[in-house]
Amino acid sequence: MFDALSDRLQNAFQSLKGHGKLTAEDVDQAMREIRLALLEADVNFKVVREFVAQVKQRALGVEVMESLTPAQQVIKIVNEELTTLMGAGDSKLAFSGRAPTIILMAGLQGSGKTTTCAKLARHLKKDGKRPVLIAADVYRPAAIDQLKTLGERVGVPVYAPGADLDPVDIARDGVEYARLNGDVAIIDTAGRLHIDEELMGELARIRSAVKPHNILLVVDSMTGQDAVNAAEEFRQKVDLDGVVLTKLDGDARGGAALSVRAVTGRPIKFASNGEKLDDFDTFHPDRMASRILGMGDVLSLIEKAEDSLDARKAAEMEAKLRRAEFTFEDFLEQLKQVRKMGSLSSILGMLPGVPGMKELKNVQVDDRQLDRIEAMIFSMTPRERRNPELIDGPRKQRVARGSGTQVQDVNMLLKQYREMQKMLKMFKGGKVKGLRLPGM
Amino acid sequence: MFKGVAEGDVPAEVIAEEQRERKGLFGRLRRNLGKARLAVRDGLKSALYVGVDRRLYEQVEETLIAADVGVDGTIKIVDELERRCTAKKIEAREPFFEELADVVAGALKPEDPERQRIDVSADPSVILVVGVNGTGKTTTIGKIAFRLRQMGKTPLMVAADTFRAAAVEQLSAWADRAGCDIVKQEAGSDPAAVVYDGVAAARSRGADVVIIDTAGRLHTQVNLMRELEKVRRVIEKQLPGAPHETLLVLDATTGQNGLRQAQEFKQAVDVTGVVLTKLDGTAKGGIVVAIHDSLGIPIKLVGVGEKLEDLRPFEADEFARAVFGGGDEDGD
Repeated sequence: MFDALSDRLQNAFQSLKGHGKLTAEDVDQAMREIRLALLEADVNFKVVREFVAQVKQRALGVEVMESLTPAQQVIKIVNEELTTLMGAGDSKLAFSGRAPTIILMAGLQGSGKTTTCAKLARHLKKDGKRPVLIAADVYRPAAIDQLKTLGERVGVPVYAPGADLDPVDIARDGVEYARLNGDVAIIDTAGRLHIDEELMGELARIRSAVKPHNILLVVDSMTGQDAVNAAEEFRQKVDLDGVVLTKLDGDARGGAALSVRAVTGRPIKFASNGEKLDDFDTFHPDRMASRILGMGDVLSLIEKAEDSLDARKAAEMEAKLRRAEFTFEDFLEQLKQVRKMGSLSSILGMLPGVPGMKELKNVQVDDRQLDRIEAMIFSMTPRERRNPELIDGPRKQRVARGSGTQVQDVNMLLKQYREMQKMLKMFKGGKVKGLRLPGM
Repeated sequence: MFKGVAEGDVPAEVIAEEQRERKGLFGRLRRNLGKARLAVRDGLKSALYVGVDRRLYEQVEETLIAADVGVDGTIKIVDELERRCTAKKIEAREPFFEELADVVAGALKPEDPERQRIDVSADPSVILVVGVNGTGKTTTIGKIAFRLRQMGKTPLMVAADTFRAAAVEQLSAWADRAGCDIVKQEAGSDPAAVVYDGVAAARSRGADVVIIDTAGRLHTQVNLMRELEKVRRVIEKQLPGAPHETLLVLDATTGQNGLRQAQEFKQAVDVTGVVLTKLDGTAKGGIVVAIHDSLGIPIKLVGVGEKLEDLRPFEADEFARAVFGGGDEDGD
């Protein structure tokens, strides 16, 4: 339903192919695509506006205008800006020198506070802590039962004196209980609307009663434009230290994460991504950036390509190609460069859109095809590699035998080589202007 | 709100109350959204020095985006608005707002208004309630049951959310409040089996509306969606023609993912209507425009609070006016 931003950018820059550099209009077009992609990912429109202005400024700079791969450069800038925006700030919890460390969980109804409390407890327990859960949601029917059951499942004590008490008292007594029975107190509170004065007041009272070291806002990753309003109200009324993002196992782009981060300035500390109590981890800003843009791991791919392609060798290759002197030896060299990036299937997996494509789910990319080509070239003599015209019938048979392939395979390879030569000669003859070699 | 409730069965005071509440609801909605509306209007006012111009449309776009209508929906609405304003030569503020509210309402109205009501005319009728986690399914069921009781029906709740800890207890609490029966089994049992029991119990206990609570599930979880398909098949087999309603409960704070949710649930269990919950916050639930427009699923009910009576029939015109302005000035 959503086009990945990287695809959109590639399209936006399509018109560029074959004519010189980026113009300001090209950049505007690209910014429009970025804007739409972010809005469709539920990033708040005000945040989008500022963000796009920032990206545009950088995109108009030298790094993109001079680049041979402007689309990739813009994607890179977008991703860097997103990651910076989301990643800044400490994602760790504050631990108190004197036990117990107190964590207050807050959020709107249905964001997943109770489940998150249990998941966090389990996470801390694995880290060698001794968490205690405190049931201070006295409003939602059976919320206390839910926390008790979950506490049992993760093997953590639950302080749950009942639904008839004041949540402020429960929280205060619960912390006392945690002091005796553990070293971290996690307080589950009732879901509340940020505009509910009474309940927001209650939360503020809990806060002043127990003075938590961490106040975490639980945010549903499917939230739309309103996420910032709620988060900002919570920040103003009880002051947040961080955010826990839930339900990330769905297919929401999760723009709310970016919005909340940008507007409140509070870091996202944890992400919850599944039904199981184990499905919980510290937050990875880079992964979230890619997710919002819907572009798989295209960044790591670009970086991999940058790392593995030796610039000097690439320049030599380009010169050779321009002289139409491309031989099998050069081909072998190219092959080696590509393979440094990893197996074909892993490269494919990093391309935007591909991992989610149903049609491709069962397709196994055959890395052995490359092996075969390599074997055939290795079975040629160095002279043959430089002058493939030498390869006649008997030589073909020898190459096929040597590489464990058939003569037809060798013929195929030679045919492809001749076609490439023909194309290169055309370029050399100036029939096609402004050739840009892929990947260079 | 319901189709299939005999007029005579409903006490006059309930009808009067419902009409009063309906007014009250949108007044409240207006108040909650008041701040946002005023900001928009202030912005619009200054733009209106030069009549209906480009800037005004841009601000309308922004308002729609901020309401989670989505990019495609926004473009559609603004195009239509522009077309109408040009045709009618609208150049002043009030008729412009009227037109905007009209376009939005139009996008939310099914051709047959009957489709906006919940059909309980069969005996027994079965209402299957589905949705992602945390949208308010259980609460919604409590409120529907309460309403049905008020109208002289005998609802029966079926606790088929056997997955989430204490979900059965939560539904039981609502059954107590609404004063109706509940069919339940142990946590962790097969939801299809609970549903089978429930439909059978409706017959033996003389209940006329069966309301089935299901576990919240993300629409991307293939196995859980299959489980839901199975629940539906079990109902169909046991009672031909059922479920008579399959309601998708959608949180008004949901963004563009709401459309995906509706798509997937529709495909799995053929959703007949949407219940838009949590409209008492500042979120506007604009994604329902896209859901109605592209999937043809009518919006049937809205939830505006935690109390039993905080569930109301959805009214496209008033919703559009409350959210996007138009109509009288005194609303805020």
